[in-house]
Amino acid sequence: MRDWFKSGDPWIWLTASTVSVSIIMVVGLLLLIAARGLVYFWPADVIEAQYLAGDNTTIRIIGEVTDSEVVATTRLKDMGVTNLPDLPMVERHLVKVGNRDLTGRDFRWIAQPLIKEQTAPESIVVVERREWGNAYGYLKSIRENGTDIAQGDGVMEALEPRLERALTLHGQIEEIEKHDIGAINYGLERLRLRERYLELNEITDPQKRKEIEDDKKSLNSQYGELQSKLGALYQDIQRDALVIDTADGSSLQVPLAKVVRIYQPNAMGTFAKTGYYLSKVWEFVSDDPREANTEGGIFPAIFGTVLMVIIMSIIVTPFGVVAAVYLREYAKQGWLTRTIRIAVNNLAGVPSIVYGVFGLGFFVYFLGGNLDQLFYPEALPAPTFGTPGIMWASLTLAILTLPVVIVATEEGLSRIPRSIREGSLALGATKAETLWRTVMPMASPAMMTGLILAVARAAGEVAPLMLVGVVKLAPSLPLDTNFPFLHMERKFMHLGFHIYDVGFQSPNVEAARPLVYATALLLVLVIILLNLAAIGIRNHLREKYRSLEG
Amino acid sequence: MMRAMTAADKTQSASEARLQGQLAHRRLRFIKDKIAYHGVTLGGLSVIAAITLIFFYLLYVVIPLLQGVDIEQKAKFLAPAQGKTLALSLEEQAEIGIRLTDAGHAIFFGTETGEVVDDIALPIARGTTVTSIARGEAGKNIFALGLSNGRALVFQIKYGVTFPNNVRLITPRIEYPLGDKTIKLNSRRKPVVKIAVQQNDESATVVSVSDSQVALTHFSKGEGLLDEDGTWQQNNVDLPSVDGSVDYVLLDPDQRRLYLADTKGVINFFDTSNKQEPKVIERITLTKGKVQLTTLEFLSGSISLIAGFSDGRLAQWFPVRDEQNIEHLKEVRSFRNQRSGMTRVATEYFRKGFLAADTSGNIGVYHATAERNLTVEQVSDEPISQLAIAPRSNAMLVEDNIGNISFWRIHNEHPEVSWSSLWGKVWYEGYDEPKHIWQSSSASNDFEPKFSLTPLAFGTLKAAFYAMIVAIPLSIFGAVFTAYFMAPRMRQYVKPTIEIMEALPTVILGFLAGLWLAPYLEKHLPGIFALLIIMPVGVVLFSYLWSRLPGKYRHLVPEGWQGALLLPIVFFLGWLALAASGPMEDWFFGGDMPLWLSNELGVNYDQRNAIVVGLAMGFAVIPTIFSIAEDAIFAVPRHLTNGSLALGATPWQTLIRVVLLTASPGIFSAIMIGMGRAVGETMIVLMATGNTPVLDLSMFQGMRTLSANIAVEMPESELNSTHYRVLFLAGLVLFLFTFMFNTMAEVIRQRLRTKYSSL
Repeated sequence: MRDWFKSGDPWIWLTASTVSVSIIMVVGLLLLIAARGLVYFWPADVIEAQYLAGDNTTIRIIGEVTDSEVVATTRLKDMGVTNLPDLPMVERHLVKVGNRDLTGRDFRWIAQPLIKEQTAPESIVVVERREWGNAYGYLKSIRENGTDIAQGDGVMEALEPRLERALTLHGQIEEIEKHDIGAINYGLERLRLRERYLELNEITDPQKRKEIEDDKKSLNSQYGELQSKLGALYQDIQRDALVIDTADGSSLQVPLAKVVRIYQPNAMGTFAKTGYYLSKVWEFVSDDPREANTEGGIFPAIFGTVLMVIIMSIIVTPFGVVAAVYLREYAKQGWLTRTIRIAVNNLAGVPSIVYGVFGLGFFVYFLGGNLDQLFYPEALPAPTFGTPGIMWASLTLAILTLPVVIVATEEGLSRIPRSIREGSLALGATKAETLWRTVMPMASPAMMTGLILAVARAAGEVAPLMLVGVVKLAPSLPLDTNFPFLHMERKFMHLGFHIYDVGFQSPNVEAARPLVYATALLLVLVIILLNLAAIGIRNHLREKYRSLEG
Repeated sequence: MMRAMTAADKTQSASEARLQGQLAHRRLRFIKDKIAYHGVTLGGLSVIAAITLIFFYLLYVVIPLLQGVDIEQKAKFLAPAQGKTLALSLEEQAEIGIRLTDAGHAIFFGTETGEVVDDIALPIARGTTVTSIARGEAGKNIFALGLSNGRALVFQIKYGVTFPNNVRLITPRIEYPLGDKTIKLNSRRKPVVKIAVQQNDESATVVSVSDSQVALTHFSKGEGLLDEDGTWQQNNVDLPSVDGSVDYVLLDPDQRRLYLADTKGVINFFDTSNKQEPKVIERITLTKGKVQLTTLEFLSGSISLIAGFSDGRLAQWFPVRDEQNIEHLKEVRSFRNQRSGMTRVATEYFRKGFLAADTSGNIGVYHATAERNLTVEQVSDEPISQLAIAPRSNAMLVEDNIGNISFWRIHNEHPEVSWSSLWGKVWYEGYDEPKHIWQSSSASNDFEPKFSLTPLAFGTLKAAFYAMIVAIPLSIFGAVFTAYFMAPRMRQYVKPTIEIMEALPTVILGFLAGLWLAPYLEKHLPGIFALLIIMPVGVVLFSYLWSRLPGKYRHLVPEGWQGALLLPIVFFLGWLALAASGPMEDWFFGGDMPLWLSNELGVNYDQRNAIVVGLAMGFAVIPTIFSIAEDAIFAVPRHLTNGSLALGATPWQTLIRVVLLTASPGIFSAIMIGMGRAVGETMIVLMATGNTPVLDLSMFQGMRTLSANIAVEMPESELNSTHYRVLFLAGLVLFLFTFMFNTMAEVIRQRLRTKYSSL
């Protein structure tokens, strides 16, 4: 035994165990996110339980079980729960009871021993609403203009076409409100700025004033038309309502205008549940958020991230490549260039928050403030560019990822053997031609690797963005149908920041948690894919040039 | 004779044309080359310049913090109109100055010209003179005149601002919040020699000294059912007598604390919360020996007293609570920068700074909290008799003994910042001892900003320390195994896995740490500690058992795949430790370890604490250290290993004594880069700690780091304020720290490369 010890074998096994620990941590983390994230969309069973509540009464509880844990009985007793059995540990479940407009809270904990009876009736219905979260209960009747027109068994059947109608109307209302009225508001605002511009420059040409007045009139009349159309649609959509019996026996009236989806989870088979699952996934990536980011989709965050990354790539690629080409091809390889190279490498290690601070001070306040003074004086004192926005965020991230691109491109350029350059020059090409036609195309996979790594980093960085342009909820996207279509001064939403905001600054943490996991899963998938692509390209590249160097 | 073009001619001119074309094309190519050269050079240099711009911009924002104060005289003139000045004051924009004279006139004059703007005679009875004057809370412009007939007058100066012809015009006027009749303070009809006043919407208090008797006159707004604007009800009370004279009377704006002092330096501290029964709380002597107390003023916020003495010393006193929760006045700091006796002290309205004038005509500019004397300048050849500071602290009026008034502009942007206020312990108002505190803002106006970077720097180092404790063993040993013992095929899988680990956004690590790990840790605390023991012991035990297995089974797992074999073992051991956590908690800790910790050991347990941060940030830093260390170990030439093994050493001995030593610079540089990364990490710390700036080494407490602090406070910081610049200073500190570390690591790495190219 001592010999075995002395041979050093146990230490080798210990070092091996650290690798295993790391692998388990990584894989465990990914599985954890995947498990909790994917489960969010699956329709859970809704239970109905007879529960022994505080004052020895039996109440009915209807809801989804979202979490379970085992706690010490003493802890529950301290919280005021009575009638607990004499065991040291007790299991309790977190049930999403919904109906927040009736009861004031979404979730409640129930202790397993106090559940007298538990069933999962098929006719329980879950109503996803636009406000106040989910409603749980039994369908009682459908009301049209205040009178019940279907009850009992006929309700589900009558419900479907009416719900479809309500959803279509809602779509039309949204289209008018967001799109058409939004465009009119935008136009009116631009007219106001034009007026102010004339005022500031003391232009009193009556012709121009008249133009502005005419435009305003026409926009206002359009607005009037749309208002009346909207009014009619609102009238229509308010026609139908749903009445459900809730757990405590009261009736809850839910106007169909506020309903997103209705389903009976206990009655759905696997096929129906899969369909529901897919539709929820689609809603997640294509819809806007609701209820202070705790429900709905994350489309604006996805869009904002993608748009910012695209703008950042457009900025960073030319500059990074030019700088790398300069360092590798044109600069004299003396100590100065070495120092510059070390400096550029080290900038990759500088904390990202420092870039955020720089972006805020220099880009937003200094450059933005001056841009406002020069080009947008009529909007002052409200800042146009002198406030965080997508342009400054992209610029800040471009500077942050510049070292990555420079290093990757330089790496690629250095792998190309000198003989290729020399051959090209010997054949009479100029240096520019050698670079453009021979060397750069060979280095393009390296450039792409650098760009992919930069994009992966930008998609995940949140700290600098918190200072230069990301917000919890953006009223409109930076890209829309109003001229000039790309609004670089607007604030935007970002996937990484969305995770932080929904997880930590949300009014309803329990409801928001599954959404955070789902968003995190999406972000992790995107980043892993990007990194795998970069690794793959890099390995392929290494293989290719090993033969050249040999 | 001309001949026709032959075929040869045609070919020749064709080839000439072609030649011309080729030459032109070649010129074009060379031009393009030149353009490319200049363009790329310009582009490259400007990109590099842009990157270095970061450092210079940070420096540019931080440098104004180091600037001192700048005083410039703008005008000097004889005091306008007649009368002896009893008090000077300045209006908000520092355009108008006010002289309150003993004849009961309020004279308003332009500060840069000395021209009288208005001369208002206050409604005091004919034949009476003003014998004392008092000023209320800074910024309210309330004054009280003590008259020679034993009465007093309370008035308020207000300014109307209009813009005729787009030029600002400030018009002063006087209002009488307690009515424009003089107030009868007592029936003695003796001159009021000292007076103090405070007034707010519901109550007003005038403390007056006449005939060696101190009286407190209190006004409260009656709330009659019928009046809408209640009328003031007056109530007079005589204070218990104090030994000696009363030369200074100070009343705080809450009308609860009253300080009566005499020139010998004895202060009586009264509690006047109950206006019917003022009580003496304490009696203290501020001076020793022959030194006299020559001036006494409240600092902004009216908690601290600034006392000036006849030997040129200044001292700050404020009430400090002792163990029995009783307040005592304590001297907190003193300044000895001026030689001559103090005549006047003017305190800033909204900051904890003040000006002090002495008998030699010097004015000193001080900041109390930062314990800083910014400058002492001679502004007059005569002793200074009156001093007033502008509400925005950007100007002052000085009157000397012979009636000259001078107007000065002051540039004093960041007096709160000094080395001691940023890094040392500071005794802040309301605390019982000097402490390191970061508390940059609060809801009230006269708040004392506390800019100590020490708790934040400590938090940063603490977080990095715990992260390194977790990361270094896992990454270095992992790198050792991967580079040295692992089979190449397994390496192909492990390296990408570690790269994925590196690519994971820290937002995700942070949110998992805060939302999942922290509650889980709280419930399974014994298990986590048990894991530290069970894992190594279990692995060694398993490896011993494995070595005893017959060779037939052992050889199923090829050499170098121990890592893969251990995966289920490690998983099982981890599960074992965590499953045993519950029972362990029951047996040893009474069912709740955090509770046991706080009850038995007095250790506070925070759910989001340093262990959580250490685990999460360690996870983030592992891949950084791993890849660099692994590269370093892998690069050690094979022949060294082979030689050592050939000489009879075991693989482990070879590793320890040959390979690691050779690779040690690379490993060291890996650790340094990892440390740099840990120091700069923001999101994990933001989400996994409680963000409380505490100076506590305990692993069960949270922290706030420099980076998280910047992320949280920067969006709300006012542009170019001291707070803004101090945050930039924090950013600069982070930048320099990581830059230095990374550069050192890089230099070591380069040295290593050149050293081993020779091997």
